[in-house]
Amino acid sequence: MHWLAKPATERSTQIFIGVLTAALVAVCLLNLLLPAGHPLHVSTYTVTLLGKYLCYALLAVAVDLVWGYLGILSLGHGAFFALGGYAMGMYLMRQIGDRGVYGHPVLPDFMVFLDWESLPWYWHGFDMAWFAFLMVLLVPGLLALVFGFLAFRSRVTGVYLSIITQALTFALMLAFFRNEMGFGGNNGLTDFKELLTFDLSADSTRLGLFVASGLALGLGYWLCRAIVSSKLGRVCVASRDAEARTRFLGYRVERVQLFVFVVSAMLAGVAGALYVPQVGIINPSVFSPLFSIEIVVWVALGGRATLYGAVIGAILVNYAKTVFTGVMPDAWLFALGGLFVIATVVLPQGLAGLLAKRKRGKPTASAKGVKEATA
Amino acid sequence: MNLLRTIKATLLFWCCVALATPVLAQQTNIAEQDVPPELAALAADSYADKGKAIQALIASDHPRTRTWLTTLLDGKLQRIKESGRFVIVTDNRGRDWTVIDAVDDTPLGEVSRRNIDRITINNALRNQLRSAMAVLDLDAPTVQERLASADRLLGKVDVNLAEPLAARLEAEESPAVRDKLTQALAIYQLQSGDSAAISEAIDTLSGSLNPAVRAALNGVAAGEGEAAESARQALAGIEQKLKLNRAAETLYFGLSLGSVLVLAAIGLAITFGVMGVINMAHGELIMLGAYTTWMMQQLLPGQPGLALILSIPAGFLVAAVAGIIIERSVIRFLKGRPLETLLATFGVSLILQQLVRTLVSPLNRTVVTPEWMSGSLVINEALSLTLNRLYVLGFALVVFAGIMLVMRKTRLGLEVRAVTQNRAMARSMGIRATRVDIMTFALGSGVAGLAGVALSQLTNVGPNLGQSYIIDSFMVVVFGGVGNLWGTLVAGMSLGVINQVLEPWAGAILAKIIVLVFIILFIQKRPRGLFPQKGRAAEG
Repeated sequence: MHWLAKPATERSTQIFIGVLTAALVAVCLLNLLLPAGHPLHVSTYTVTLLGKYLCYALLAVAVDLVWGYLGILSLGHGAFFALGGYAMGMYLMRQIGDRGVYGHPVLPDFMVFLDWESLPWYWHGFDMAWFAFLMVLLVPGLLALVFGFLAFRSRVTGVYLSIITQALTFALMLAFFRNEMGFGGNNGLTDFKELLTFDLSADSTRLGLFVASGLALGLGYWLCRAIVSSKLGRVCVASRDAEARTRFLGYRVERVQLFVFVVSAMLAGVAGALYVPQVGIINPSVFSPLFSIEIVVWVALGGRATLYGAVIGAILVNYAKTVFTGVMPDAWLFALGGLFVIATVVLPQGLAGLLAKRKRGKPTASAKGVKEATA
Repeated sequence: MNLLRTIKATLLFWCCVALATPVLAQQTNIAEQDVPPELAALAADSYADKGKAIQALIASDHPRTRTWLTTLLDGKLQRIKESGRFVIVTDNRGRDWTVIDAVDDTPLGEVSRRNIDRITINNALRNQLRSAMAVLDLDAPTVQERLASADRLLGKVDVNLAEPLAARLEAEESPAVRDKLTQALAIYQLQSGDSAAISEAIDTLSGSLNPAVRAALNGVAAGEGEAAESARQALAGIEQKLKLNRAAETLYFGLSLGSVLVLAAIGLAITFGVMGVINMAHGELIMLGAYTTWMMQQLLPGQPGLALILSIPAGFLVAAVAGIIIERSVIRFLKGRPLETLLATFGVSLILQQLVRTLVSPLNRTVVTPEWMSGSLVINEALSLTLNRLYVLGFALVVFAGIMLVMRKTRLGLEVRAVTQNRAMARSMGIRATRVDIMTFALGSGVAGLAGVALSQLTNVGPNLGQSYIIDSFMVVVFGGVGNLWGTLVAGMSLGVINQVLEPWAGAILAKIIVLVFIILFIQKRPRGLFPQKGRAAEG
């Protein structure tokens, strides 16, 4: 059987895709068919919020792919997410055209404000949708390729890799905060008008973006499942559990690591690109090390090396964040900090591990591997 | 005389009370003023005459010369219109001004301001007065005061001052003051027009870093001829010297930044490097140390110095106790799972940050710098070292030496090394490994608290203090080589200097980015840092 079709036979993937499709259809129907006052009506605001969660979920799947199956704890995946988001943001900025505050036909507002004469070279081409969408994949992918090539070739792994990925996103954050970089500095890119000629403030566009995020999550999940259940995926798990042994068996571990790392970075980029039009802004705070490490805790809480656990974790934690920041904003950091501790000390296999335990009375084979790898 | 003065004053007082201002004519009749000719000359009509009067006054050595010159400069030396009496205005608020006699300080009560004439001066006179007073100040008892007044004279010497200054130079004992005076005279010589004198003056001035000297030399260098040529040479020499000084300054700031990095990282070098525990809450332990300093200063108001010194043990204790709590409640459950430890301690760091925000304030707190730590150490005119940074630099070295001693020379250090190299073997030799873990972690955390005490003197103390140092600290430890304390020292200092060298042409943020990228690339090349562990320690 073709490796891409393999996930169709897996029970967990069938359930996941089924639940996701049902949720997407249900939300669409509840939003479109029921009148605004109905108790079961899902408002467009909620749809956008859910769309944001789905983007986060895709990002969490990307992190789980490298952390859960490759054993590489990336504390810099927020950088790939942000780069995808910036690529999309640049396209959306160019779509504004002369409708900005200063009404300049080509330059975005912040460049006019900074007295720039012309568009920097790296802004060219972003007025074309196909180019921008290609960049959403290529820019994070290229960064991951260069960074991963250097890191995996010299066998930087474990904590060292975590710390330098964190330094990477920190350096990028500092860089993007600079106005001279040409990405809007502190304020980032915002005031978007339309995407592919669809008005971004229209309810239908928002619902469309939500569905697109759901589809992206489904496809991303499928792709990751296909990778981890292929032969390559087995090499991944092998290198996670015993890197030296895998190498001695003749596998080029660093190539496998590089491939999976780049795929993961591209998925993160796609998540970022879908996130930006829904939130309406992208700024350097997405590069902050705190955000990147938050992603990891979503995965840790949901359960490593399960993929669906990452989705559950991302949605749960972000729902909690929305609730907390609304009701008692001061308590959010306490809760998040507590989550970090609980997820690692009390729930080393996450919620998914808890589910599996209840079902079978023992940890899943995959989760067991994780435990051994880290022990 | 004294009796007479008392009578005068008493009479005057009663006159003031009884007659008040309208009858001023009578008042002046009662006590005639004995005006010395030097003072009288100051009230001359033309400014030129006044200038001569000032010179005469200085030459006269009259005991009140200084008082008169100061008050003249401040516009307080005035004359009462009717009597021509010289007075000094001590309070010029309201319609009636309080005055005292200019000759003998007798209080004269209040006089309507319309009855007083100010002795006017112009800018030329003001300059003359200032230099004249600087010459007078050369008689001050302390070398410091004399040096300061000599400094004020640089570039201010004119024809009138040259001679008294030269005389003063002969009498001066302190070599530093003599140097300054020679320079001041040499600057005057530059304008003299006599080529021999000019070349001699240039010789004297070459090598001086004073801005006034450079300005004077620049003036000569702008012209043509032999003098201009040698002035240009002298300037080039000075420029060279300045460059050296600037390099020294950059080095100093680099080492200062490096000492901060070392302080922040040295505790991490113990917990991460030696024990292998990733403590992301390390930055927050630094923050706790800084807040302890603030708290001590709140407890001991008015004694910031004492509070700071007491904060050193207090900060160590607070952070060490916090470290023990973190170790016992979280880290010990995650032994051998570094990535999970990283995440859990990161959670602890968030909780600690929010705790400070909730309990103290989300805003920055001000920690007072004690007097003996403020100010700067002046090396020469182009280089002065800020004292607080110097103290922190010294403190970092002392802390480093202390840690080296503990690790190398004490039983604890021996046990730590034994446990980290081979835990099972160490335990079978009777070392209580758990206890060693706790002690080591407490030591590393306590040092973080010390870093916080030092940092409170350099940066803002706020809930985000620790966060800004955590990535840098890890970079320093990884760059230096995990498990190697010397590596941490060298890495911290060199990163600090690199950062400061890059800063002038790249800007602060770009310099930081460049350094980060440099380390990221460096780790790819040498994954075990500058000084990798060798032998048995490396295998663990």
